[in-house]
Amino acid sequence: MPISVPKLPDDRLAALEASYAAAVSAKRTKTFVGFAILVVVLISSAAVGEVDLVKFFSHINKFSDYIGRIFVLDSGQIVFSNVTEWFWGLGKWTRLIGETILIAYLGTLIGGIGAFILSFLAAANVAPARWVLFVVRRYLEFCRTVPEIAFAMVFVVAFGFGPLPGVLALSIHTTGALGKLFFEVIENADMKPMEGMTSTGAGWMSSVRFAIVPQVLSNFVSYALLRFEINVREGTVMGLVGAGGIGQDLIEAIRKFYYSDVSAILILIIITVSLIDFITERVRSRLINMEAGH
Amino acid sequence: MTASVRKSFFTTVMADQSGLEARYPKAFRVNWVGRLKTVVVIFGAAAIAAYAVVYLDIQWSRVLAGFARLGWFLSVMLPPSYGTTENLLIYLHSLLETVAIALLGTVLSAVLSIPLGFIAARNVVPGWITHFFIRRSLDTVRSVNMLIWALIWINVVGLGPFAGVLAIITADLGLFGKLFSEAIEASDQKAAEGVISTGGSSLHRVRFGLLPGILPVLVSQVLYQIESNTRSATIIGIVGAGGIGAHFQEQIRLNEWQHVAFLTILMLITVSLIDYVSTKIRFAIIGVNQQQNPH
Repeated sequence: MPISVPKLPDDRLAALEASYAAAVSAKRTKTFVGFAILVVVLISSAAVGEVDLVKFFSHINKFSDYIGRIFVLDSGQIVFSNVTEWFWGLGKWTRLIGETILIAYLGTLIGGIGAFILSFLAAANVAPARWVLFVVRRYLEFCRTVPEIAFAMVFVVAFGFGPLPGVLALSIHTTGALGKLFFEVIENADMKPMEGMTSTGAGWMSSVRFAIVPQVLSNFVSYALLRFEINVREGTVMGLVGAGGIGQDLIEAIRKFYYSDVSAILILIIITVSLIDFITERVRSRLINMEAGH
Repeated sequence: MTASVRKSFFTTVMADQSGLEARYPKAFRVNWVGRLKTVVVIFGAAAIAAYAVVYLDIQWSRVLAGFARLGWFLSVMLPPSYGTTENLLIYLHSLLETVAIALLGTVLSAVLSIPLGFIAARNVVPGWITHFFIRRSLDTVRSVNMLIWALIWINVVGLGPFAGVLAIITADLGLFGKLFSEAIEASDQKAAEGVISTGGSSLHRVRFGLLPGILPVLVSQVLYQIESNTRSATIIGIVGAGGIGAHFQEQIRLNEWQHVAFLTILMLITVSLIDYVSTKIRFAIIGVNQQQNPH
Protein backbone atom coordinates (compact mmCIF):
# COMPACT_ATOMS: atom_id res chain seq x y z
CA MET A 1 0.00 0.00 0.00
CA PRO A 2 1.53 3.33 -1.02
CA ILE A 3 1.96 5.76 1.86
CA SER A 4 1.04 9.34 1.15
CA VAL A 5 2.68 12.07 3.17
CA PRO A 6 0.32 15.03 3.66
CA LYS A 7 1.87 18.18 2.23
CA LEU A 8 1.41 21.55 3.90
CA PRO A 9 0.04 24.48 1.84
CA ASP A 10 2.86 26.41 0.16
CA ASP A 11 2.54 29.62 2.19
CA ARG A 12 2.82 27.80 5.53
CA LEU A 13 5.69 25.70 4.21
CA ALA A 14 7.55 28.80 3.06
CA ALA A 15 7.30 30.38 6.52
CA LEU A 16 8.59 27.23 8.19
CA GLU A 17 11.41 26.90 5.70
CA ALA A 18 12.44 30.51 6.20
CA SER A 19 12.60 30.16 9.99
CA TYR A 20 14.54 26.90 9.65
CA ALA A 21 17.01 28.55 7.28
CA ALA A 22 17.40 31.48 9.67
CA ALA A 23 18.06 29.16 12.63
CA VAL A 24 20.62 27.14 10.69
CA SER A 25 22.43 30.18 9.33
CA ALA A 26 22.57 31.78 12.80
CA LYS A 27 24.18 28.63 14.15
CA ARG A 28 26.56 28.47 11.19
CA THR A 29 27.66 32.08 11.68
CA LYS A 30 28.33 31.39 15.35
CA THR A 31 30.37 28.28 14.55
CA PHE A 32 32.22 30.15 11.82
CA VAL A 33 33.12 33.07 14.09
CA GLY A 34 34.28 30.62 16.77
CA PHE A 35 36.49 28.85 14.26
CA ALA A 36 37.90 32.10 12.90
CA ILE A 37 38.89 33.18 16.42
CA LEU A 38 40.45 29.78 17.08
CA VAL A 39 42.46 29.91 13.87
CA VAL A 40 43.77 33.43 14.60
CA VAL A 41 44.74 32.40 18.14
CA LEU A 42 46.48 29.27 16.87
CA ILE A 43 48.41 31.10 14.17
CA SER A 44 49.66 33.72 16.60
CA SER A 45 50.54 30.93 19.04
CA ALA A 46 52.51 29.23 16.31
CA ALA A 47 54.42 32.46 15.71
CA VAL A 48 55.19 32.91 19.43
CA GLY A 49 55.98 29.22 19.82
CA GLU A 50 58.58 29.44 17.01
CA VAL A 51 56.91 26.61 15.11
CA ASP A 52 59.07 25.81 12.12
CA LEU A 53 57.51 23.19 9.91
CA VAL A 54 60.40 23.21 7.43
CA LYS A 55 62.82 22.40 10.23
CA PHE A 56 60.38 19.86 11.61
CA PHE A 57 60.04 17.92 8.39
CA SER A 58 63.69 18.19 7.45
CA HIS A 59 64.69 16.99 10.95
CA ILE A 60 61.92 14.45 11.54
CA ASN A 61 64.27 11.67 10.52
CA LYS A 62 66.30 12.56 13.62
CA PHE A 63 63.34 11.47 15.73
CA SER A 64 63.15 8.03 14.14
CA ASP A 65 66.95 7.87 14.16
CA TYR A 66 66.94 8.63 17.87
CA ILE A 67 64.29 6.02 18.60
CA GLY A 68 66.29 3.54 16.51
CA ARG A 69 69.60 4.56 18.11
CA ILE A 70 68.44 3.94 21.70
CA PHE A 71 67.80 0.31 20.80
CA VAL A 72 71.41 -0.25 19.75
CA LEU A 73 74.22 -1.14 22.17
CA ASP A 74 77.58 0.62 22.16
CA SER A 75 79.04 -2.43 20.47
CA GLY A 76 76.73 -1.82 17.51
CA GLN A 77 74.51 -4.80 18.17
CA ILE A 78 70.78 -4.47 18.55
CA VAL A 79 69.79 -4.48 22.23
CA PHE A 80 67.66 -7.61 22.05
CA SER A 81 70.72 -9.67 21.11
CA ASN A 82 72.35 -9.07 24.48
CA VAL A 83 69.77 -8.37 27.15
CA THR A 84 72.25 -8.70 30.02
CA GLU A 85 74.39 -5.93 28.61
CA TRP A 86 71.32 -3.82 27.80
CA PHE A 87 70.02 -4.06 31.37
CA TRP A 88 73.48 -3.95 32.95
CA GLY A 89 72.25 -1.53 35.60
CA LEU A 90 69.09 -3.44 36.47
CA GLY A 91 69.88 -3.64 40.19
CA LYS A 92 70.60 0.07 40.53
CA TRP A 93 67.62 1.07 38.37
CA THR A 94 65.23 -1.21 40.25
CA ARG A 95 66.38 0.37 43.49
CA LEU A 96 65.79 3.86 42.04
CA ILE A 97 62.34 2.88 40.77
CA GLY A 98 61.56 1.52 44.23
CA GLU A 99 62.66 4.90 45.57
CA THR A 100 60.32 6.62 43.08
CA ILE A 101 57.37 4.47 44.18
CA LEU A 102 58.08 5.13 47.86
CA ILE A 103 58.40 8.87 47.20
CA ALA A 104 55.02 8.75 45.47
CA TYR A 105 53.57 6.69 48.32
CA LEU A 106 54.75 9.05 51.06
CA GLY A 107 53.70 12.07 49.01
CA THR A 108 50.23 10.64 48.46
CA LEU A 109 49.86 9.62 52.12
CA ILE A 110 50.98 12.95 53.60
CA GLY A 111 49.08 14.94 50.98
CA GLY A 112 46.01 12.74 51.42
CA ILE A 113 45.98 13.28 55.19
CA GLY A 114 46.32 17.04 54.67
CA ALA A 115 43.56 17.01 52.06
CA PHE A 116 41.31 14.94 54.33
CA ILE A 117 41.58 17.42 57.18
CA LEU A 118 41.31 20.54 55.01
CA SER A 119 38.43 19.28 52.84
CA PHE A 120 35.97 19.39 55.75
CA LEU A 121 36.92 23.01 56.33
CA ALA A 122 36.48 23.83 52.63
CA ALA A 123 33.13 22.13 51.92
CA ALA A 124 30.29 24.65 51.83
CA ASN A 125 27.85 22.35 53.65
CA VAL A 126 30.01 21.45 56.67
CA ALA A 127 32.60 24.25 56.98
CA PRO A 128 32.50 25.73 60.48
CA ALA A 129 32.73 29.34 59.22
CA ARG A 130 32.70 31.27 55.92
CA TRP A 131 36.13 32.78 56.40
CA VAL A 132 37.68 29.37 57.16
CA LEU A 133 36.23 28.07 53.90
CA PHE A 134 37.58 31.05 51.97
CA VAL A 135 41.10 30.80 53.40
CA VAL A 136 41.34 27.01 53.01
CA ARG A 137 40.08 27.10 49.41
CA ARG A 138 42.63 29.74 48.40
CA TYR A 139 45.38 27.67 50.02
CA LEU A 140 44.27 24.53 48.15
CA GLU A 141 44.22 26.50 44.89
CA PHE A 142 47.76 27.68 45.49
CA CYS A 143 48.91 24.12 46.23
CA ARG A 144 47.47 22.63 43.06
CA THR A 145 48.26 25.50 40.68
CA VAL A 146 52.00 25.50 41.30
CA PRO A 147 53.40 22.40 39.56
CA GLU A 148 55.11 19.66 41.60
CA ILE A 149 58.42 20.28 39.87
CA ALA A 150 58.33 23.97 40.74
CA PHE A 151 57.92 23.11 44.43
CA ALA A 152 60.64 20.49 44.06
CA MET A 153 63.09 23.05 42.66
CA VAL A 154 62.59 25.34 45.66
CA PHE A 155 62.70 22.45 48.14
CA VAL A 156 65.93 21.06 46.67
CA VAL A 157 67.62 24.34 47.62
CA ALA A 158 66.05 24.31 51.11
CA PHE A 159 66.41 20.62 52.00
CA GLY A 160 69.31 19.54 49.82
CA PHE A 161 69.41 16.90 47.08
CA GLY A 162 67.62 13.58 47.56
CA PRO A 163 64.16 12.10 47.94
CA LEU A 164 63.05 14.43 50.77
CA PRO A 165 62.27 17.49 48.58
CA GLY A 166 60.48 15.16 46.14
CA VAL A 167 58.26 13.79 48.89
CA LEU A 168 57.40 17.27 50.15
CA ALA A 169 56.72 18.64 46.67
CA LEU A 170 54.36 15.77 45.86
CA SER A 171 52.67 16.11 49.28
CA ILE A 172 51.89 19.78 48.79
CA HIS A 173 50.59 19.37 45.26
CA THR A 174 48.56 16.32 46.32
CA THR A 175 46.99 18.28 49.18
CA GLY A 176 45.72 20.83 46.67
CA ALA A 177 44.54 18.37 44.03
CA LEU A 178 42.90 15.89 46.40
CA GLY A 179 41.54 18.63 48.67
CA LYS A 180 39.43 19.98 45.83
CA LEU A 181 38.10 16.55 44.81
CA PHE A 182 37.41 15.69 48.47
CA PHE A 183 35.41 18.80 49.29
CA GLU A 184 33.35 18.31 46.15
CA VAL A 185 32.52 14.78 47.33
CA ILE A 186 31.54 16.16 50.75
CA GLU A 187 29.32 18.78 49.15
CA ASN A 188 27.46 16.03 47.31
CA ALA A 189 26.95 13.97 50.50
CA ASP A 190 23.48 13.41 51.96
CA MET A 191 22.97 15.99 54.73
CA LYS A 192 20.17 14.15 56.58
CA PRO A 193 22.52 12.07 58.78
CA MET A 194 24.32 15.31 59.69
CA GLU A 195 20.99 16.88 60.74
CA GLY A 196 20.22 13.77 62.74
CA MET A 197 23.54 13.95 64.56
CA THR A 198 23.15 17.65 65.30
CA SER A 199 19.62 17.06 66.60
CA THR A 200 20.94 14.61 69.20
CA GLY A 201 23.23 17.34 70.46
CA ALA A 202 26.45 16.11 68.91
CA GLY A 203 29.21 18.64 68.32
CA TRP A 204 30.81 19.49 64.95
CA MET A 205 33.56 16.86 65.23
CA SER A 206 31.32 13.92 66.07
CA SER A 207 28.67 15.00 63.54
CA VAL A 208 31.24 15.03 60.77
CA ARG A 209 32.85 11.84 62.01
CA PHE A 210 29.66 9.75 62.15
CA ALA A 211 27.43 11.43 59.54
CA ILE A 212 29.76 12.50 56.72
CA VAL A 213 32.94 10.39 56.89
CA PRO A 214 31.20 7.01 56.33
CA GLN A 215 29.49 8.41 53.23
CA VAL A 216 32.61 9.84 51.61
CA LEU A 217 35.43 7.51 52.65
CA SER A 218 35.26 5.04 49.76
CA ASN A 219 35.25 7.90 47.25
CA PHE A 220 38.22 9.47 49.03
CA VAL A 221 40.20 6.24 48.86
CA SER A 222 39.37 5.86 45.19
CA TYR A 223 40.61 9.38 44.39
CA ALA A 224 43.72 8.86 46.54
CA LEU A 225 44.59 5.71 44.58
CA LEU A 226 44.19 7.60 41.31
CA ARG A 227 46.47 10.29 42.69
CA PHE A 228 49.04 7.69 43.74
CA GLU A 229 49.24 6.56 40.14
CA ILE A 230 49.67 10.17 38.94
CA ASN A 231 52.33 10.73 41.61
CA VAL A 232 54.31 7.71 40.43
CA ARG A 233 54.30 9.21 36.91
CA GLU A 234 55.40 12.58 38.30
CA GLY A 235 57.91 10.87 40.57
CA THR A 236 59.76 9.57 37.52
CA VAL A 237 60.82 13.13 36.64
CA MET A 238 61.56 14.43 40.14
CA GLY A 239 65.16 13.40 39.59
CA LEU A 240 65.45 15.93 36.77
CA VAL A 241 65.78 18.67 39.38
CA GLY A 242 67.63 16.49 41.90
CA ALA A 243 64.64 15.45 43.96
CA GLY A 244 65.29 11.70 43.98
CA GLY A 245 64.12 8.65 42.10
CA ILE A 246 64.86 7.20 38.68
CA GLY A 247 64.71 10.61 36.90
CA GLN A 248 68.29 11.38 37.90
CA ASP A 249 69.70 8.43 35.96
CA LEU A 250 67.34 8.98 33.06
CA ILE A 251 68.29 12.60 32.47
CA GLU A 252 71.96 11.69 32.81
CA ALA A 253 71.55 8.95 30.19
CA ILE A 254 69.73 11.32 27.82
CA ARG A 255 72.17 14.23 28.29
CA LYS A 256 75.32 12.10 28.07
CA PHE A 257 74.01 10.04 25.13
CA TYR A 258 74.11 6.63 26.85
CA TYR A 259 71.63 5.53 24.21
CA SER A 260 70.83 1.97 25.23
CA ASP A 261 70.46 3.04 28.88
CA VAL A 262 67.72 5.47 27.81
CA SER A 263 65.62 2.69 26.32
CA ALA A 264 66.28 0.34 29.24
CA ILE A 265 65.24 2.93 31.83
CA LEU A 266 62.21 4.02 29.79
CA ILE A 267 61.07 0.40 29.49
CA LEU A 268 61.41 -0.08 33.24
CA ILE A 269 59.40 3.12 33.84
CA ILE A 270 56.69 2.08 31.37
CA ILE A 271 56.37 -1.37 32.98
CA THR A 272 56.19 0.12 36.49
CA VAL A 273 53.63 2.77 35.58
CA SER A 274 51.46 0.26 33.69
CA LEU A 275 51.62 -2.16 36.61
CA ILE A 276 50.64 0.51 39.15
CA ASP A 277 47.93 1.69 36.77
CA PHE A 278 46.58 -1.88 36.51
CA ILE A 279 46.65 -2.54 40.26
CA THR A 280 45.04 0.75 41.31
CA GLU A 281 42.39 0.33 38.60
CA ARG A 282 41.56 -3.13 40.04
CA VAL A 283 41.30 -1.86 43.60
CA ARG A 284 39.22 1.12 42.51
CA SER A 285 36.70 -0.94 40.56
CA ARG A 286 36.36 -3.23 43.60
CA LEU A 287 35.74 -0.20 45.78
CA ILE A 288 33.08 1.05 43.36
CA ASN A 289 31.45 -2.40 43.29
CA MET A 290 31.48 -2.47 47.09
CA GLU A 291 29.71 0.88 47.05
CA ALA A 292 27.10 -0.42 44.57
CA GLY A 293 26.56 -3.54 46.70
CA HIS A 294 25.37 -1.54 49.70
CA MET B 1 22.82 25.12 71.65
CA THR B 2 25.04 25.59 74.65
CA ALA B 3 27.09 22.77 76.02
CA SER B 4 25.11 22.49 79.23
CA VAL B 5 21.78 22.15 77.41
CA ARG B 6 23.34 19.62 75.11
CA LYS B 7 24.63 17.67 78.06
CA SER B 8 21.28 17.62 79.88
CA PHE B 9 19.56 16.58 76.68
CA PHE B 10 21.99 13.75 76.31
CA THR B 11 21.46 12.67 79.94
CA THR B 12 17.68 12.60 79.44
CA VAL B 13 17.88 10.57 76.28
CA MET B 14 20.41 8.11 77.64
CA ALA B 15 18.69 7.69 81.04
CA ASP B 16 17.04 4.56 79.72
CA GLN B 17 20.21 3.18 78.13
CA SER B 18 19.58 -0.45 79.08
CA GLY B 19 16.05 -0.19 77.69
CA LEU B 20 17.36 1.31 74.46
CA GLU B 21 19.99 -1.42 74.19
CA ALA B 22 17.30 -4.09 74.65
CA ARG B 23 15.10 -2.58 71.96
CA TYR B 24 17.84 -1.78 69.39
CA PRO B 25 20.50 -4.43 69.86
CA LYS B 26 21.87 -3.92 66.36
CA ALA B 27 22.68 -0.25 66.90
CA PHE B 28 24.63 -0.98 70.08
CA ARG B 29 26.51 -4.04 68.92
CA VAL B 30 30.21 -3.49 68.49
CA ASN B 31 31.37 -4.32 64.97
CA TRP B 32 34.64 -6.09 65.87
CA VAL B 33 35.41 -7.27 62.35
CA GLY B 34 35.01 -3.77 60.95
CA ARG B 35 37.19 -2.28 63.66
CA LEU B 36 39.85 -4.91 63.16
CA LYS B 37 39.90 -4.17 59.42
CA THR B 38 40.33 -0.45 60.09
CA VAL B 39 43.18 -1.12 62.52
CA VAL B 40 44.92 -3.46 60.06
CA VAL B 41 44.61 -0.96 57.19
CA ILE B 42 45.91 1.95 59.27
CA PHE B 43 48.81 -0.10 60.67
CA GLY B 44 49.64 -1.41 57.20
CA ALA B 45 49.73 2.09 55.72
CA ALA B 46 51.84 3.36 58.63
CA ALA B 47 54.24 0.42 58.35
CA ILE B 48 54.85 1.09 54.66
CA ALA B 49 55.35 4.77 55.46
CA ALA B 50 57.88 3.92 58.19
CA TYR B 51 59.72 1.62 55.78
CA ALA B 52 59.73 4.41 53.18
CA VAL B 53 61.20 6.89 55.68
CA VAL B 54 64.03 4.46 56.47
CA TYR B 55 64.60 3.46 52.82
CA LEU B 56 64.66 7.06 51.60
CA ASP B 57 66.94 7.98 54.52
CA ILE B 58 64.78 10.89 55.66
CA GLN B 59 66.28 12.49 58.76
CA TRP B 60 64.27 14.72 61.05
CA SER B 61 67.20 17.05 61.58
CA ARG B 62 67.30 17.71 57.84
CA VAL B 63 63.54 18.22 57.74
CA LEU B 64 63.70 20.80 60.52
CA ALA B 65 66.73 22.60 59.08
CA GLY B 66 65.03 22.64 55.69
CA PHE B 67 61.85 24.17 57.04
CA ALA B 68 63.90 26.83 58.81
CA ARG B 69 65.63 27.68 55.53
CA LEU B 70 62.27 27.62 53.72
CA GLY B 71 60.91 30.11 56.25
CA TRP B 72 63.88 32.35 55.55
CA PHE B 73 63.26 32.11 51.76
CA LEU B 74 59.65 33.11 52.33
CA SER B 75 60.71 36.10 54.38
CA VAL B 76 63.11 37.36 51.70
CA MET B 77 60.52 36.77 48.97
CA LEU B 78 58.64 39.84 50.15
CA PRO B 79 57.96 42.09 48.43
CA PRO B 80 57.86 40.22 45.08
CA SER B 81 59.81 42.12 42.47
CA TYR B 82 60.90 41.84 38.85
CA GLY B 83 63.92 44.12 38.97
CA THR B 84 64.25 46.24 35.85
CA THR B 85 61.55 46.92 33.24
CA GLU B 86 63.70 45.07 30.74
CA ASN B 87 63.45 42.01 32.97
CA LEU B 88 59.68 42.41 33.20
CA LEU B 89 59.38 42.41 29.42
CA ILE B 90 61.47 39.25 29.20
CA TYR B 91 59.28 37.55 31.81
CA LEU B 92 56.06 38.61 30.08
CA HIS B 93 57.34 37.37 26.74
CA SER B 94 58.18 33.95 28.15
CA LEU B 95 54.77 33.91 29.83
CA LEU B 96 53.16 34.49 26.44
CA GLU B 97 55.34 31.72 25.08
CA THR B 98 54.08 29.42 27.85
CA VAL B 99 50.44 30.09 26.97
CA ALA B 100 51.16 29.68 23.24
CA ILE B 101 52.87 26.33 23.85
CA ALA B 102 49.92 25.08 25.90
CA LEU B 103 47.24 26.26 23.47
CA LEU B 104 48.89 25.07 20.29
CA GLY B 105 50.06 21.79 21.78
CA THR B 106 46.67 20.90 23.21
CA VAL B 107 44.62 21.82 20.13
CA LEU B 108 46.94 20.11 17.65
CA SER B 109 47.10 17.03 19.85
CA ALA B 110 43.31 16.91 20.06
CA VAL B 111 42.97 17.19 16.28
CA LEU B 112 45.51 14.43 15.72
CA SER B 113 43.81 12.27 18.37
CA ILE B 114 40.36 12.24 16.75
CA PRO B 115 41.24 9.56 14.18
CA LEU B 116 43.18 7.66 16.86
CA GLY B 117 40.13 7.73 19.13
CA PHE B 118 37.91 6.32 16.39
CA ILE B 119 40.35 3.54 15.55
CA ALA B 120 40.75 2.65 19.23
CA ALA B 121 36.98 2.56 19.88
CA ARG B 122 35.53 -0.93 19.97
CA ASN B 123 32.23 0.03 18.35
CA VAL B 124 33.82 1.73 15.34
CA VAL B 125 36.59 -0.68 14.46
CA PRO B 126 35.60 -4.19 15.55
CA GLY B 127 38.16 -6.89 16.20
CA TRP B 128 40.30 -7.03 19.28
CA ILE B 129 43.73 -6.98 17.59
CA THR B 130 43.66 -3.32 16.45
CA HIS B 131 41.94 -2.36 19.66
CA PHE B 132 44.54 -4.08 21.79
CA PHE B 133 47.57 -2.69 19.96
CA ILE B 134 46.30 0.88 19.71
CA ARG B 135 45.31 0.92 23.37
CA ARG B 136 48.67 -0.46 24.52
CA SER B 137 50.56 2.04 22.35
CA LEU B 138 48.50 4.87 23.81
CA ASP B 139 49.26 3.59 27.32
CA THR B 140 52.97 3.47 26.48
CA VAL B 141 52.97 7.04 25.17
CA ARG B 142 51.10 8.16 28.28
CA SER B 143 53.51 6.48 30.72
CA VAL B 144 56.39 8.63 29.51
CA ASN B 145 56.30 12.00 31.24
CA MET B 146 55.95 15.19 29.21
CA LEU B 147 59.36 16.43 30.39
CA ILE B 148 61.01 13.31 29.01
CA TRP B 149 59.23 13.81 25.67
CA ALA B 150 60.55 17.36 25.70
CA LEU B 151 64.10 16.08 26.21
CA ILE B 152 63.69 13.71 23.28
CA TRP B 153 62.20 16.40 20.99
CA ILE B 154 65.02 18.79 21.83
CA ASN B 155 67.32 16.29 20.10
CA VAL B 156 65.20 16.69 16.97
CA VAL B 157 64.26 20.37 16.66
CA GLY B 158 66.75 21.93 19.07
CA LEU B 159 66.16 24.02 22.20
CA GLY B 160 63.18 26.36 22.24
CA PRO B 161 59.40 26.50 22.51
CA PHE B 162 58.80 24.34 19.42
CA ALA B 163 60.18 21.34 21.31
CA GLY B 164 57.71 22.18 24.09
CA VAL B 165 54.80 22.23 21.65
CA LEU B 166 55.85 18.86 20.26
CA ALA B 167 56.25 17.43 23.78
CA ILE B 168 52.71 18.46 24.71
CA ILE B 169 51.35 17.05 21.44
CA THR B 170 53.03 13.68 21.99
CA ALA B 171 52.22 13.35 25.69
CA ASP B 172 48.59 14.29 25.13
CA LEU B 173 48.11 11.97 22.16
CA GLY B 174 48.08 9.09 24.63
CA LEU B 175 45.63 10.82 26.94
CA PHE B 176 43.24 12.17 24.30
CA GLY B 177 43.31 8.94 22.30
CA LYS B 178 42.20 7.06 25.40
CA LEU B 179 39.60 9.62 26.51
CA PHE B 180 38.14 10.04 23.02
CA SER B 181 37.84 6.32 22.37
CA GLU B 182 36.10 5.89 25.72
CA ALA B 183 33.69 8.73 24.90
CA ILE B 184 32.95 7.13 21.53
CA GLU B 185 32.38 3.73 23.11
CA ALA B 186 30.03 5.23 25.69
CA SER B 187 28.02 7.14 23.07
CA ASP B 188 24.40 6.30 22.33
CA GLN B 189 24.23 3.90 19.36
CA LYS B 190 20.59 4.58 18.52
CA ALA B 191 21.31 7.73 16.54
CA ALA B 192 23.89 5.89 14.44
CA GLU B 193 21.43 3.06 13.79
CA GLY B 194 18.86 5.66 12.72
CA VAL B 195 21.25 7.14 10.18
CA ILE B 196 22.05 3.69 8.77
CA SER B 197 18.35 2.80 8.57
CA THR B 198 17.64 5.82 6.35
CA GLY B 199 20.34 4.61 3.96
CA GLY B 200 23.31 6.68 5.18
CA SER B 201 26.84 5.55 4.46
CA SER B 202 29.28 4.67 7.22
CA LEU B 203 30.80 8.15 6.90
CA HIS B 204 27.31 9.62 7.40
CA ARG B 205 26.91 7.38 10.41
CA VAL B 206 30.00 8.86 12.05
CA ARG B 207 29.24 12.46 11.01
CA PHE B 208 25.54 12.61 11.90
CA GLY B 209 25.03 9.67 14.24
CA LEU B 210 28.17 9.79 16.39
CA LEU B 211 29.84 13.21 16.19
CA PRO B 212 26.97 15.40 17.52
CA GLY B 213 26.75 13.22 20.62
CA ILE B 214 30.43 13.11 21.49
CA LEU B 215 31.63 16.54 20.34
CA PRO B 216 30.61 18.39 23.54
CA VAL B 217 32.41 15.73 25.62
CA LEU B 218 35.55 16.04 23.51
CA VAL B 219 35.53 19.84 23.58
CA SER B 220 35.14 19.96 27.33
CA GLN B 221 38.03 17.52 27.78
CA VAL B 222 40.21 19.63 25.49
CA LEU B 223 39.37 22.81 27.37
CA TYR B 224 40.11 21.15 30.66
CA GLN B 225 43.43 19.91 29.29
CA ILE B 226 44.38 23.41 28.08
CA GLU B 227 44.32 24.55 31.70
CA SER B 228 46.32 21.55 32.87
CA ASN B 229 48.84 22.01 30.06
CA THR B 230 49.33 25.68 30.89
CA ARG B 231 50.54 24.44 34.26
CA SER B 232 52.83 21.90 32.59
CA ALA B 233 54.11 24.49 30.13
CA THR B 234 55.23 26.71 33.00
CA ILE B 235 57.85 24.13 33.96
CA ILE B 236 58.75 22.64 30.59
CA GLY B 237 61.40 25.37 30.36
CA ILE B 238 63.59 23.64 32.94
CA VAL B 239 64.75 21.21 30.26
CA GLY B 240 65.09 24.01 27.70
CA ALA B 241 61.78 23.64 25.87
CA GLY B 242 60.59 27.23 26.12
CA GLY B 243 58.34 29.18 28.43
CA ILE B 244 58.73 30.75 31.84
CA GLY B 245 60.20 27.67 33.55
CA ALA B 246 63.76 28.49 32.52
CA HIS B 247 63.60 31.87 34.29
CA PHE B 248 62.04 30.26 37.34
CA GLN B 249 64.91 27.80 37.58
CA GLU B 250 67.55 30.44 36.92
CA GLN B 251 66.23 32.83 39.58
CA ILE B 252 66.20 29.99 42.14
CA ARG B 253 69.82 29.26 41.30
CA LEU B 254 70.73 32.93 41.63
CA ASN B 255 68.98 33.10 45.01
CA GLU B 256 66.80 35.94 43.71
CA TRP B 257 63.80 35.03 45.85
CA GLN B 258 61.88 38.21 45.10
CA HIS B 259 61.98 37.30 41.43
CA VAL B 260 60.91 33.73 42.21
CA ALA B 261 57.92 35.10 44.12
CA PHE B 262 57.04 37.42 41.25
CA LEU B 263 57.25 34.59 38.69
CA THR B 264 55.09 32.36 40.91
CA ILE B 265 52.43 35.08 41.09
CA LEU B 266 52.58 35.48 37.30
CA MET B 267 52.04 31.73 36.89
CA LEU B 268 49.15 31.70 39.37
CA ILE B 269 47.38 34.60 37.66
CA THR B 270 47.83 33.08 34.20
CA VAL B 271 46.59 29.63 35.18
CA SER B 272 43.57 31.13 36.99
CA LEU B 273 42.79 33.28 33.96
CA ILE B 274 43.00 30.35 31.56
CA ASP B 275 40.89 28.31 33.97
CA TYR B 276 38.26 31.07 34.09
CA VAL B 277 38.11 31.52 30.31
CA SER B 278 38.03 27.79 29.54
CA THR B 279 35.24 27.23 32.08
CA LYS B 280 33.24 30.03 30.44
CA ILE B 281 33.73 28.55 26.97
CA ARG B 282 32.92 25.07 28.25
CA PHE B 283 29.63 26.23 29.73
CA ALA B 284 28.80 28.12 26.53
CA ILE B 285 29.38 24.99 24.46
CA ILE B 286 27.83 22.27 26.59
CA GLY B 287 25.11 24.44 28.09
CA VAL B 288 25.09 25.42 31.74
CA ASN B 289 22.22 23.11 32.67
CA GLN B 290 24.20 19.93 32.22
CA GLN B 291 27.16 21.15 34.19
CA GLN B 292 25.51 22.90 37.09
CA ASN B 293 26.44 21.67 40.49
CA PRO B 294 23.45 20.14 42.30
CA HIS B 295 23.93 22.76 45.03
